[in-house]
Amino acid sequence: MKTLQQQLRGIDHVISSTLGGLAVQLQPIPGDVPVVQVSIAERDELPIFITCSDAQILCMCFLWTEAEIRPEGRTRLLETLLDLNPSVPLSSFGRVGDRFVLFGALSRDSRVEDIAADVAALSDNALDALDALSEFLN
Amino acid sequence: MSVIKKLVSLLRGSVREIGESVVDANATRIYEQEILDAKSSIDQAKHELAGVMAKEIQTARAMERLQAEILRYESLAVEALNKGQESLAEEVAGKVAELDREHTEQTNAHAAFAVQVGKLQALIKNAEAKIREHEREISVARTTESVYRATSSISDNIASTGSRLSTARESLERIKKRHEDLADRMTAADSLDKEFGHRALEEKLNAAGIGDNADRQRKIMARIRTRAEGGTTPRAGDEPAA
Repeated sequence: MKTLQQQLRGIDHVISSTLGGLAVQLQPIPGDVPVVQVSIAERDELPIFITCSDAQILCMCFLWTEAEIRPEGRTRLLETLLDLNPSVPLSSFGRVGDRFVLFGALSRDSRVEDIAADVAALSDNALDALDALSEFLN
Repeated sequence: MSVIKKLVSLLRGSVREIGESVVDANATRIYEQEILDAKSSIDQAKHELAGVMAKEIQTARAMERLQAEILRYESLAVEALNKGQESLAEEVAGKVAELDREHTEQTNAHAAFAVQVGKLQALIKNAEAKIREHEREISVARTTESVYRATSSISDNIASTGSRLSTARESLERIKKRHEDLADRMTAADSLDKEFGHRALEEKLNAAGIGDNADRQRKIMARIRTRAEGGTTPRAGDEPAA
């Protein structure tokens, strides 16, 4: 099985051309599981993290933390996320610890083009979702 | 306990523990061993199944053969009776009885083999289901651990590089601001472009002696001459409209 880094070779160029030429930077994150950070110009605040296990490749974008949610709208926000999940193409909402994420999961042997398409969609969707749901946040 | 049930109860507790062990290493090893065992028992069962199915087919063939023989000998016995050969008919009946006993034996064996085939097929199906289930459990456990570990690496990395994750609203504002700046810059560039385009055209018109500015000097000179001749003194505003 290829390592994550091998599998992602050249993905910066593919993502960049998918997003109309925005500069894309890759950076490995040290730790005991493979993680690569994808930073996209003009959206540096919303990097995408790609990680993998035996079963899948996971692309994640951190949206907000539990503490940022206005308590009075929390239930409505959670319901909205559940409702949105089936409608948003390629990306789903989730939570890891106290962090809300938007993520896309792909088969472990996906092609670099498929991962790039997922990352590009994730970045667009994350920006869109943040804009649409910011009324629920402090 | 199903792996998702286990996950749900872990999620109620400390988040830290999730990255450590959804299914502890020991349980994972047990699952892996069970997967190996199941795979080898499938191999064995498949091998056995081939043998039993062959025997099932053989007994079916024997039953057919015996049935045909029984029919043939019975016809011969009828013929013997018709020819008044009572004792020969008796003898043939004895042969038929022997064939019939053999037929019953083969039928029983055939039924037993069929039951065994069914059992082996069920065994293989169960083992395959068990493998699928364990593989899914291990996969869910590993994926969960991997996601939580990745998140903790990312958090550590953010902390160690000194950069703080800003709030979502702040991030959004900054990205929007940058987009607005970009849009403003593009608008500015656009109007600059228009202005320069306009001026360039004016200059071309002047050079060709066309338009407002083209004969300004000539008109002013004409006004000065009029004054010098001591005639009426036209004010600047009275010059002929261009």
